[in-house]
Amino acid sequence: MTDAALLRLRGVVKNFGDFTALHGINLDIQEGEFFTIVGPSGSGKSTLIRLLVGMDDISAGKIMLRDQRIDQMPANFRPTCMVFQSLALFPHMTVGQNIEFPLKLRKELPVERRERALELLDLLRLPQSFYDKRISQCSGGEKQRVALARALAFDPEILFFDEPLSALDYRLRKALEKELKDLHARTGKTFVYITHSLEEAMVMSDRIAIMKDGKIEQIAAADEIYSAPVSRFVAEFMGEVNLFEVTSLDGTSLQSNSLTIAKGITQSTFSVGDKGLLMVRPEDVQFAEGNDSFDYMLKGKIHAEFALGSRIQYEVEADGKILTVETLREGRIQDPEGMQVTLGFNAAKTHLIGDT
Amino acid sequence: MRQLDRKLGMLSSLPMVIILLIAFLVPVVVVALFSIMPPKVFSLANTPDFSAYTVFFSQGYYKSLLWSLGMAFASTAILIIVCWPLAYGMAKVFGRFTLVLTIAVVMSLFVSENIRLFGWVLTLMKGGLIEGHLRAWTGVGFDSPLYGVPSIIFGLVYVYLPFMLFPLAQGIAMVPDDARQAAADLGATRWQVLTQIDIPLAAPGIVVGSLLSFVLAAGAVAESKILGGQAVIAIADDVETAFTFGQNWPLGSALSMILILIIGGLALLGVSRIDLDAIMGRER
Repeated sequence: MTDAALLRLRGVVKNFGDFTALHGINLDIQEGEFFTIVGPSGSGKSTLIRLLVGMDDISAGKIMLRDQRIDQMPANFRPTCMVFQSLALFPHMTVGQNIEFPLKLRKELPVERRERALELLDLLRLPQSFYDKRISQCSGGEKQRVALARALAFDPEILFFDEPLSALDYRLRKALEKELKDLHARTGKTFVYITHSLEEAMVMSDRIAIMKDGKIEQIAAADEIYSAPVSRFVAEFMGEVNLFEVTSLDGTSLQSNSLTIAKGITQSTFSVGDKGLLMVRPEDVQFAEGNDSFDYMLKGKIHAEFALGSRIQYEVEADGKILTVETLREGRIQDPEGMQVTLGFNAAKTHLIGDT
Repeated sequence: MRQLDRKLGMLSSLPMVIILLIAFLVPVVVVALFSIMPPKVFSLANTPDFSAYTVFFSQGYYKSLLWSLGMAFASTAILIIVCWPLAYGMAKVFGRFTLVLTIAVVMSLFVSENIRLFGWVLTLMKGGLIEGHLRAWTGVGFDSPLYGVPSIIFGLVYVYLPFMLFPLAQGIAMVPDDARQAAADLGATRWQVLTQIDIPLAAPGIVVGSLLSFVLAAGAVAESKILGGQAVIAIADDVETAFTFGQNWPLGSALSMILILIIGGLALLGVSRIDLDAIMGRER
């Protein structure tokens, strides 16, 4: 699999003086995939993308594109291209001139340039009349599309995105996320996207890398990262989560405050006294009624209720902590605050994390 | 609200409008009227003829004008090239050191222009600071570079440097860094970034700096007198002579009007081409 990788990073380090922003990043990005790097601010994701496009020099390690080292190559010689967070459109040029900019640098004929620019306007679903528009006359979403068209005109091996949607309002962002995924499918290009928004990453990506403190915590498909995180950081970063701190009793069962967990999930190599985290997502915890039977059950008291639109979220005091439970709107409880409830969840919906 | 803003704006500008009317427009009108009077009169109560303007051509004053405009043009062109790297540094590279540089350049304005120019004469003249020392140490001297057109242009560049430097730095500061990075990312070489991104986006600064230094250089007199030893006569020198030594106000007025019209035309052309609001830091 690694032989076919389009972009390979091996031990990439970046230092700023005494501060190490990236600690030996290893990464393989396959041709044609939509790969997203997610992390909170300060995790090093922006530093990483600046190294990948050639705006900063790496301190150590290798970056290979199709088995050719590119880490010492200046940005204007690399066959990659980036859509900036600010979009970085050229304000003194028209939409058409912006899109044609990379073609003009390659000394393509004006007729051919124009033809390609109009094709790209079509691809991005902008009317051809935009060709002569000024950048200042375009709306936020239109500017996005122009920036994309300009990057595609360059015909890059890899298209990088530095949080280009973060400045847009929620609805436009949602629409453009889907459009971007669609564009990825239609162009077949390799997209590498960085964002701090997990939601954005989940909607669009084939694979996701989670970064923290200049290291990659986990690389996996979106589903896997959500259901089987490797650490507390990833679990909590990927949305609401309930984590039980557990200690191994005898290698087959685990103990948290009030819960003994024996069934099926201690397949991992826990020895006596080892600590771990048992994760269950809020949507997998249910209120038990009557004869309902779950693998694990807990008694608790409802602390607060939040309406999230299609779902309702409850905070429940149980097992000496606050647990989060999410139900569909139909399951809403009348006058819930202070109510004594029983919570239940099944072993199949849990995931055990080795570190604490 | 817009209406009110408009009224308040007009009211606020009223004092400045009155000052400009009295101190600027009225003298210009007087000069314009004198320029069409017959030769050597000191009153506007005469029958207008346009004899002063014919003298401009018949007695070779146009040569002074051409010299002045030519030297102003040359010094402006040199200033753009000399100031660009410095202005770029001030806007993008030097950081806090920019303030030191700004103060240093502004300080030079505290000393009278004539004194600074005479300083250059003492430095460059035969037996002066440079040639004198060189001859004393090595026995070989050289001819003074003073008293020619190049030394006048040098003087203009030297004196009007701040008027190019600061607007240019302001203009370059307006070029967004990410536009420059994006251009490089899309394959532009340094030269292409300069010609296609930096220069067009810094254009307001370039135009303002060029206008200031061109207008001042075209009306300059001290450089040609002191450093040029009157190798060529500047038009402003002719104007001064006509008013004082020549006692010919209509001729002086006519020469002034020609200079004012040419420079005014160029200034309007320049300003109309750029977005002044942009350089004042206002959003449109």
